[in-house]
Amino acid sequence: MNETENFQTLLSSRVRSRASVQTQPLKTIALAGNPNCGKTALFNAITGGRAKVGNYPGVTVEKKEGRVRTASGGELRVIDLPGTYSLDAKTPDEMITRDVLLGGEATQDASPDLLIAVADATQLERNLGLVLELRKLGRPIVLALNMMDLAEQRGLDLDLDRLSQELGIPVIPTIAPRQQGVNTLLFEAEKKLQSVRSGPVVGWAQTTEDEIRKRFSEVDRILKLATRKGSAPTLWTDRLDQIVLHPLWGSVILFCVFGLMFQAIFNWAEVPKDWIESQIQVLSAVVGQLLAPGPLKSLLVDGVISGVGSVIVFLPQIILLFLFILFLEDCGYMPRAAFLMDKWMGKIGLHGRAFIPLLSSFACAVPGIMATRTIENRRDRLTTILVAPLMTCSARLPVYSMLIAAFIPNRAIFGVLRLQGLVMFGLYLAGVFAALLVAMLLRLTVLRGPKPMLLMELPTYKWPDAKSIILGLAERARLFIGRAGTVILSVSILLWFLSSYPKPPEWATEPAISYSFAGRIGKTLEPWVSPLGFNWKIAVALIPSFAAREVMIGSLATVYAVGDQKTGGVTQLLGDRLLKDWSLATALSLLVWYVLACQCLSTLAVTRRETNSWRWPAVMLIYMTTLAYLGAFLTYQLASYLGLG
Amino acid sequence: MTTVRLGQLSVGQRGVIVRVGVGSDSVDWVQRLMAMGFLEGSIAEIVHEAPFGGDPLAVRVRGSLLALRRQEANAIEVVQYE
Repeated sequence: MNETENFQTLLSSRVRSRASVQTQPLKTIALAGNPNCGKTALFNAITGGRAKVGNYPGVTVEKKEGRVRTASGGELRVIDLPGTYSLDAKTPDEMITRDVLLGGEATQDASPDLLIAVADATQLERNLGLVLELRKLGRPIVLALNMMDLAEQRGLDLDLDRLSQELGIPVIPTIAPRQQGVNTLLFEAEKKLQSVRSGPVVGWAQTTEDEIRKRFSEVDRILKLATRKGSAPTLWTDRLDQIVLHPLWGSVILFCVFGLMFQAIFNWAEVPKDWIESQIQVLSAVVGQLLAPGPLKSLLVDGVISGVGSVIVFLPQIILLFLFILFLEDCGYMPRAAFLMDKWMGKIGLHGRAFIPLLSSFACAVPGIMATRTIENRRDRLTTILVAPLMTCSARLPVYSMLIAAFIPNRAIFGVLRLQGLVMFGLYLAGVFAALLVAMLLRLTVLRGPKPMLLMELPTYKWPDAKSIILGLAERARLFIGRAGTVILSVSILLWFLSSYPKPPEWATEPAISYSFAGRIGKTLEPWVSPLGFNWKIAVALIPSFAAREVMIGSLATVYAVGDQKTGGVTQLLGDRLLKDWSLATALSLLVWYVLACQCLSTLAVTRRETNSWRWPAVMLIYMTTLAYLGAFLTYQLASYLGLG
Repeated sequence: MTTVRLGQLSVGQRGVIVRVGVGSDSVDWVQRLMAMGFLEGSIAEIVHEAPFGGDPLAVRVRGSLLALRRQEANAIEVVQYE
């Protein structure tokens, strides 16, 4: 190490120590292990769930970091690494795990001082492979034998001393959800940190097939010596799978699970949604009374409260949807759904795993696109990313609900079904079909390639860890509210300004907005959108909705100036106004536009981050806008021809 | 001793893996199969088939249950036994 580097190391350790208000930099321990080994539950048990979630620079692999105070009073920094099967670095998750372990530049961090290898005690035959690979890195290492209770229930009897002796590392049995073994684990980790002076990482070279063979025969040798009695196969996972993966019953269950999910999102969320809506009205009224009429009141009531409020009401739906997704993921059902769907996904050239990101995109395309990380092949992954925003996300719901409530009569059809619900279902289906069609086209043209390979684990069923789910939900809620507080807040304020200024002249005959900037912009754009049946007011409302589609309601309310009424919900009033102003053909055309258009800055931003290029977000925006324009054009022309104009 | 491809077995049948990566020119793919537990000497058992044509398969190997398509399973050679 030369002088400059020495100085830089000194400097960076200074900076780090000042940031953590410690006299010396905190020691870092990192958790690594196979997917589904209960690593995240163990991380939550160690840190008490107080984790900072961020992203590694340049990629969206989640970086989870927490602190823990040990029994001896010391403090440790704990990093949770993505679950991997090996360090061969073929997926983004694996690359990050390897980079962090080696202290790569990309992660902007030094190599951890100690590793906690986490292994699922019920699957040591495979899990120990990664442990041996980790051991090769030359860092101090402690093994946590997680899910020890399940292994014992299945009759496993291990000689832990022998295992530890053969592996050459301390072995501590843990049961993460019950906090069992966590203190012993930390005690061993601290002991090891004090006794071993961590030197440089040994390094890592591309593995050969022979090395993998040797690694696993070593695993077999060690297990043979350390196992007193082997475990019986998982009886109830097998029994459940007899039904869940059954050719007929499996499909029925799949249909019911997701049917229930959508029912829940639409029906169960109503009560909290109405409550939030009424609270926003109260707030709006209170602020309205406190402030004298003028620009400030107008900004707060018409701009901020109605803009942000129209988005916050969807929090219950988003939380419910994520509750389902996190629950299904945690209990082990999601990969089984992918297994059942693989045949169909394969037909349009998608990976069975694409099912999970596409399903998550019903909540929001952002986590959906992030969930594509588990797809190894770049072409498969890009196809999934590009079509994910066509799945009907929850931000489209407010617009759908408002337009359907206003324009579609709630007639009963065949006795039990209702026309409004049917139209809603049709819009969801239209999104799915559009996504499948585009995926197929992409696979036949720009992203042509061999049919993607499938290799995924169907983990043992387990009862989800409540703590992990609650923490996951809190995280999503925070992200959503954060978005409402930033993107949507600024867009609302901007739109309020554009539609309030300049003020109409004294001799004004038309509504105030037509003299404003927004009015002028809308009128300039009108010739472009009139073939779709859109008037200049829709054009005005569409502009901010390119940043976040859910602001459309607030924008229309602003443009149609219905925000200042005292009674009734804004959505109801707006619906009544629109019904007077628009034809059914216009409403249908706007609905189709909403199915197909890419109106979400966050989606474009996450696509940019995930693909590491501006090209793919550009492709996404252009193809979706074109599709939306054509779709809306055809709908309007056809509906007008049928006499609905 | 006659060998068959893993993809030719049906539910309930099993065999000892004798070769991994038959007819595959992708080193990455072979290593991935191996890291997930498809190793010579290990026992692979077909546990489930997906609906509509029996593809993909769920295979138990080294204590875990893995899903892969028949086509991919055909890169694995086994000696069948009861």
